[in-house]
Amino acid sequence: MSETISALNNAGYSGLVRIDETGLQGMITLRGDLSLTTVKKVATTASGATFPGQRQITVSDTGALAWMSPDELLILCPYEEVSDRLAKMTKTLGNTNALAVDVSDARAIFAISGEDARDVMAKLCPVDLHPEVFKPGEIRRTRLAQIAAAIWMEDDDNFRLICFRSVAQYAYDVLKVAAAAGSAAGFHAAQDPV
Amino acid sequence: MSHRYSKSGRLIDENREISFTFNGKTLRGFKGDTLASALLANDQMLVGRSFKYHRPRGIVASGTEEPNALVNMGEGARFEPNQRATTTELFDGLVARSQNHWPTLDFDVGGINASLSRLLPAGFYYKMFMYPRAFWKHVYEPFIRQSAGLGQAPKEADADTYEHFHAFTDVLVIGGGVAGLVAARSAAETGARVLVLEQSAHWGGRGPVDGGRIDDRPVDNFVETLVSDLSARANVTLRTRCMGAGVYDHGYALGYERLTDHAPDINGPRHRLWRIRAKQIITATGAIERPLAFAGNDVPGVMLASAMRDYLVNYGVAPGQRIIVATNNDDAYRTAIELKKAGLDVLRILDARETGGGALMNQARQLGIRIDCGRAIAKVSGGKRVRKVQICAQIGAGGALEEVGCDAVAMSGGWSPAVHLWSHCGGKLLWDDTHAHFRPDPERPLIGADGKGFVLPAGSANGILSLDGIVPDAIQTGREAAKAAGFRLRKAPEFAVVQNSEAPLEPVWLMPQEARVGLRTKAWLDFQNDVKVSDVQLAAQEGYESVEHTKRYTTLGMATDQGKLSNINGLATLANALGAPIPAVGTTTFRPPYAPISMGAIAGEARGSVFQPLRRTPMHEWHRQHNAEWEPVGHWRRPYAYPRTGETTHDAVMREVSNTRQKVGLLDASTLGKILVKGPDAGKFLDMLYTNMMSTLKPGKCRYGLMCSENGFLIDDGVVARIDDDTFLCHTTTGGADRIHAHMEEWLQTEWWDWKVYTANLTEQFAQIAVVGPKARELLDKMGGMDLSADSFKFMEWQDGQIGDFTARVFRISFSGELSFEIAVPASQGLAFWSELMKAGQGLGVMPYGTEALHIMRAEKGFIMIGDETDGTVIPQDLGLNWAISKKKEDYLGKRAQQRDHMTDPTRWKLVGLETLDGSVLPDGAYAVAEGTNANGQRNTQGRVTSTYHSPTLSKGIAMGLVLHGPDRMDEVLEFPGTDGKTYQARIVDPVFYDKDGEKQNV
Repeated sequence: MSETISALNNAGYSGLVRIDETGLQGMITLRGDLSLTTVKKVATTASGATFPGQRQITVSDTGALAWMSPDELLILCPYEEVSDRLAKMTKTLGNTNALAVDVSDARAIFAISGEDARDVMAKLCPVDLHPEVFKPGEIRRTRLAQIAAAIWMEDDDNFRLICFRSVAQYAYDVLKVAAAAGSAAGFHAAQDPV
Repeated sequence: MSHRYSKSGRLIDENREISFTFNGKTLRGFKGDTLASALLANDQMLVGRSFKYHRPRGIVASGTEEPNALVNMGEGARFEPNQRATTTELFDGLVARSQNHWPTLDFDVGGINASLSRLLPAGFYYKMFMYPRAFWKHVYEPFIRQSAGLGQAPKEADADTYEHFHAFTDVLVIGGGVAGLVAARSAAETGARVLVLEQSAHWGGRGPVDGGRIDDRPVDNFVETLVSDLSARANVTLRTRCMGAGVYDHGYALGYERLTDHAPDINGPRHRLWRIRAKQIITATGAIERPLAFAGNDVPGVMLASAMRDYLVNYGVAPGQRIIVATNNDDAYRTAIELKKAGLDVLRILDARETGGGALMNQARQLGIRIDCGRAIAKVSGGKRVRKVQICAQIGAGGALEEVGCDAVAMSGGWSPAVHLWSHCGGKLLWDDTHAHFRPDPERPLIGADGKGFVLPAGSANGILSLDGIVPDAIQTGREAAKAAGFRLRKAPEFAVVQNSEAPLEPVWLMPQEARVGLRTKAWLDFQNDVKVSDVQLAAQEGYESVEHTKRYTTLGMATDQGKLSNINGLATLANALGAPIPAVGTTTFRPPYAPISMGAIAGEARGSVFQPLRRTPMHEWHRQHNAEWEPVGHWRRPYAYPRTGETTHDAVMREVSNTRQKVGLLDASTLGKILVKGPDAGKFLDMLYTNMMSTLKPGKCRYGLMCSENGFLIDDGVVARIDDDTFLCHTTTGGADRIHAHMEEWLQTEWWDWKVYTANLTEQFAQIAVVGPKARELLDKMGGMDLSADSFKFMEWQDGQIGDFTARVFRISFSGELSFEIAVPASQGLAFWSELMKAGQGLGVMPYGTEALHIMRAEKGFIMIGDETDGTVIPQDLGLNWAISKKKEDYLGKRAQQRDHMTDPTRWKLVGLETLDGSVLPDGAYAVAEGTNANGQRNTQGRVTSTYHSPTLSKGIAMGLVLHGPDRMDEVLEFPGTDGKTYQARIVDPVFYDKDGEKQNV
């Protein structure tokens, strides 16, 4: 295979929080009737994760499974394994009315980490990020300032963000602005459960 | 003179002297001062000129309601006009200049307007500038522009940064006075998340200045304890310097936090706009004291009684030494008492009430203050400061009984609850006769999605003016809010309150009651916009009955303070003039923001490199390095052309076209939309979306298709490739990708929800590169891989395969008329693939080409472009695209609309080619003129240019246009007047200028 590069080629920045474009990530969109056993099975097998509830993301050793809409799931897996996993999915789905497609290259993925991560994200995303409301396991499709994004938490201080590849530079730049020195908002940190 | 009588003001640090300048003069103040208190401490009574008459004006208030003390603040990239001195915290090195005067504040030529004030009555502008019509542009408008506006516009880009913050809370409390804090405490007790916003830098609001005792402690001490209690709670967030700016539907509210205005050296954003979603909102926004309307109430030195008290207690500053207090209520006695305690001379308390006040009056009398009941101010004299006061009976026309020399006047006309936030989103008001004010009507709140109110007023914002009423009201309101937010109530906090009882006020809307006309024309209602009692009366006399109309006619309440001081007095004056009760006249509409907020805060982070998202293709950086000139297409930036050193853009475009036609060119086509449509009903679905038949397309084949809206108009076009029986890949225009995907989803989700089709927008998954030109195949063969020969890979087919090291999907389609392969590879390999193609094509003369070359080549072939040949009013039939409209299909989106009379009208302009007689290029958008003129006296038209270029291939100007009966008028010559004065003559020709038989693309 020829040289493959992610949108920002693993760019990184340290400010109020650490921001990293984490490189190529395998992603498969699965659309279908989520109540069908076949669809569920295909999704859980391909991701190795349990089936998520509404607005949930479940994680496995080699991937994750995210609920994106009432008829859409997102499977995360190692970039190199997408075609194999996709082929298996397609085979299992057979004649089931569903659509499974590789979207790895259409996206960029970032990690945002640090104590102020919730506050930095709250500057850009209209989401209730209170520690008791938005926890690891939750995923939101929302916006990051002016672009569409999906966010979730790996643990209490670490966000993951997916956006479209073409706007990766904007996402990175706007995150850097939100994480600029001196701009700590001190909202969520103060609300941590005592 | 105004002066600092004591260094022991509550809010100042007497050990930290700082300096600032006002109109270039260096002055001194203390840490903790506001600009207003520091100006007063320096005897700077005169702070600005009024808007219309340029009257000298001084500081009237101590907070957000201040109408006069607006200054130009800062310099250069930190310059900002219209900053309120009363809400500006003093910092070392602050630079302020007064506004609206020429040449100086002390001597202002515009002040002559004041002596002409009888000639500038209400509605003057409307009356004066209507006729003659022709005067508007050259006489009136320049004059009005010259006199419009208060401050100056900044000349440099703002040096500061700003941001937004999205906060969610159960209970939002706006206002950090006693009511707000007690309500917050009461709500927090239940475990609810509580966010408290206080616009000033200090907690407690008016409480510490106004006195009384809570929990057996002075109010400031109680506030301190309460704040530390709240700070320790994890479910409470407290913010000072953060104004509740607006309340909107569904519990949405805006907070305006000023982070560094008080200390510009601090790193970080200057303002933060809080975008808050709250389940319940408590407005504890306090009340605003009303001025009294007497002649000369705008002379510098006349001040709200509460403001004078604030300056005394908080900053140790007195606006004069010999002071007269005029009032219609008990509260102003507090000011007199504080003045007396400060050792100042209180000459009189003029109490408009015949019977005077209650306990506070007795206290004042015990301090030896002279109190005259039933008395009023007839007139204040003085130019740039108060000199003397004429005293008269309140009941009368203003015959002076006495004249007293003094240097300051404190006035109080009662208190109006700050109902703004309650009202922003529709909360209704009721008139309270006891206090003569409007207060929130609990029966008619603003309604949330659940049909219930979500805003609760507390304390004086709720019309409760005494501390012993405010505290229990706040406790109750806090509990109600928490309960409505879904929390279980526990025991309510209890606080014992001690406060003097007060005698009722007596409404005074004009002082004296029957003031003669000479006094009424000097009795100001709106200080900033120079609206007097006589103006409102004149408006009423001229038939303005609605308060909203009167507001606009007189400009009452239309200044930057939005009538915080003037509204109630103004509408009461109107009601009296109309002989109607005040509640029948009503208030004007309260609109957000509560007080002006910065443009920077509204823009937030969206400036500079992140002003707007730019979409970049995987090859964007390569284009940039190769000197691409950009063309914005939606949010994308596409290379328009790649000019070489010494080459103009036009030359570059010509070169790119010729090179592609003669050798081979590369186009970054990644931005084109790519939507996957899959399912057993996919063919049926696409038959509905496109005008042509897609279900008959064989796997492996491509077909050009048109999409129309329900109204029949052309909305998009592109090539559809059938991947397999169930799967199609639909290419859209660059700008259409998201829109068409949404269009598909809308039909699938709302109309054809039972059709078995799923879609996915794969636009960004692939880098797509068009390899175009007679040597395109040769170039790709050099890369090695799949067989691209004419026999095994025909025009309008697609194949998956290998090209060099790349796994690719190749479409043999052409938008240029040349041999052309559009190749899609995964986006992450796009740059590598592009680079390999450039390398392989070196010996073949490969060059990249941009969007302009693309446009010219398609125009040479007579291919339409969505957005050029279409503008939302054009149907495929107009463009001669009937061949792409299926006659066999029973239906498709737009079919019915295209059968309507207007759509089948033979006089619809139709697409033709246009060729200038002299080879020049027709101006874009030019109209072909016809005989005669229309009803507006304009030349009749018979066509227009939709696309026009210089064709390097044909060495002449070529164009397309829509022309009346165009296709039937071949070879006729039309005239197109240009905006350059020249009339262009062009012949109607076939729109296909180049390779009419399509031989080039089919080799």
